[in-house]
Amino acid sequence: MTAPLKAVGWVAGLALSVAAVFGLPHVLELFTLINATIYVSMAILTLSLALIWGYGGILCFGQAAFFGLGGYTYAICAINFGDSTWAIVLAMVLPALVAALVGYFIFWGRIGDVYLGVITLTMTLIFLKFFNATAGDAYKIGRAALGGFNGIPSTPPLNLPWDVGTQLAPEDIWYIAASLLVILYAGSRWLLTTAFGRVVVSIRENEKRSELLGYDVRRYKLGIFTIGGAIAGMAGILFANCVFVSPTMFSLFYNAQVIIWVTVGGLGTLLGPIAGSIALQMIVAKLGTLQGLDPNVVLGAILIVFVLLVPKGLQPVLQDWWDRLREPRQPAMPAPAPASTLRSAGIERPLTSATTAHQPAANAASRP
Amino acid sequence: MDLVVIIILQVIAAVASLALVSVGLAVIFGMMRVINLAHGEFIMLGGYAVIYATRWGVNLWVAMLLVAPLFVGVVGIVVERTVIRFLYGRMIDTMLATWGLSLLLIGAATMIFGNTTTGVSAPLGSVTIGQYQTSLYELVLVVIVVAVLGGLMAILRLTKAGLIARATMQNPAMAASLGISTNTVYMVTFGAGAALSGLAGALIAPLSGVLPTMGVAYVAKAFITVISGGSAIIAGTLSASMLLGSLNTLATFVATPVVGEITLLFAAIVLLRILPQGITGRFFRRAL
Repeated sequence: MTAPLKAVGWVAGLALSVAAVFGLPHVLELFTLINATIYVSMAILTLSLALIWGYGGILCFGQAAFFGLGGYTYAICAINFGDSTWAIVLAMVLPALVAALVGYFIFWGRIGDVYLGVITLTMTLIFLKFFNATAGDAYKIGRAALGGFNGIPSTPPLNLPWDVGTQLAPEDIWYIAASLLVILYAGSRWLLTTAFGRVVVSIRENEKRSELLGYDVRRYKLGIFTIGGAIAGMAGILFANCVFVSPTMFSLFYNAQVIIWVTVGGLGTLLGPIAGSIALQMIVAKLGTLQGLDPNVVLGAILIVFVLLVPKGLQPVLQDWWDRLREPRQPAMPAPAPASTLRSAGIERPLTSATTAHQPAANAASRP
Repeated sequence: MDLVVIIILQVIAAVASLALVSVGLAVIFGMMRVINLAHGEFIMLGGYAVIYATRWGVNLWVAMLLVAPLFVGVVGIVVERTVIRFLYGRMIDTMLATWGLSLLLIGAATMIFGNTTTGVSAPLGSVTIGQYQTSLYELVLVVIVVAVLGGLMAILRLTKAGLIARATMQNPAMAASLGISTNTVYMVTFGAGAALSGLAGALIAPLSGVLPTMGVAYVAKAFITVISGGSAIIAGTLSASMLLGSLNTLATFVATPVVGEITLLFAAIVLLRILPQGITGRFFRRAL
């Protein structure tokens, strides 16, 4: 895509998202709007995994742990302080700290792929078991009873900063959630264009090579993992505001869903997982109202079909179609593959070292 | 004195049940480097196989030791042919696909069997040791687990099929060039792993009851045990379940079952930090 066209795309996307953020409350009923806010909070959680898995190459099976921690921290602090301002800050800082701690453990131990998955999954299960067992008066933090399996049903809603009297209405929480999603998306895109972001992507492509080039791989991974933890914490705050916090936030179900959304949307993209998560939540909610059909069947079937038939996910496939529609391939072109890789890579993400890594081979192949 | 005996028996039973629910996953992981996240649902299917077989008048022991493993083994082969075989060498993708399969099976089981716990009563009654009682069935379970692991060992060490399996495990390309159809070996292995999971589910059914979502409780534990054990199938499963199972039981005795579970999980994390390749990545390297 040419540069002016790209700018037009950005402006159009921004206009569309602003319209969605401010238009939806006028169109939707309150109940639907609250549901939409839940979808958006889950989309933010998906964004955090899309960032650390899709770009950082860290398959975290426990993203729900940071999500749940954010929710719990928010609920406990908001109940104790009576004011949600510092609760919000703490609910982002604590998951980030836990992510940093676990990340230190994992990355300095050089624990890779499957083992990393097991450790993060185990961490989530520890939280799940712990919070499930916190019923009774023995488990109170200040004035907040943890409530065991039932969670904290009276999670206080957000209020204006330092103004306890003005509690926000569900519409306001929608505005916050939706604009936060837009901001975080733009922020993530920006992050990936910085030097830090490019090194993170290069580590995903080839960890050893990045290390030989002099980058301390562990620090970059820790950095992106911590950022992912903080974003997941934000998703937890929003979720706590729409529903309430309970141990199910740590459950395998949420972990599974997030991974499915990222897979369906397209690993290594950001917009795909966000759109995928919202679309799939709507589909599952619709199917949940049908008699005699369990939503798990549909979710499972979708995941299997995508892994087998569309392993790249929706966004890259749609991108390919779009590109092919715009400029049909000429069969006589020598070595067309790297060109298309570069083109699609250039649109979605900055030039990664994957494409540069493919280049020498492609050049060698096209040489007579 | 009686208390000590009881605690020792409890520890042994915990280790045995951990080994039992993990061995199916360990066979599939050790042989094929495939993490089967539908493992828990294979366990669940084994449980339902027993319940329906006994309802149709099959003897309980026959149902547990024959019907359930055969049924789940067939399911495993069907799954391998339709899904897994397209994904060899793509570890993360097989994990995701089997996770999808797990959700699919949970949903299907909920639709067919309903979201309620069904059970069969445990056979054999109990034995008395001093002033304490313990279930005789749990002790028989330990014997069965020992027999299963011993049998697995014997098959791998002594038979031609075991030799072929070990060769494929060590070097699939070399085995293939010597005329072994690795494709068939993988299919049979996946079926065998599934059958072992089915057996585990069948043997657990009288103790815990059967529920469509019961697999979730086991898959994480089995997953953790297998990864902590490392790549050796039998030695890995045994050593990891001994370590984690006894820590779990002892912590349960000292504090509560929840503390026991958390101790198990925490021990696994620390273990993987110290030994990233699992126990058999460092010790018992030549073991199976």
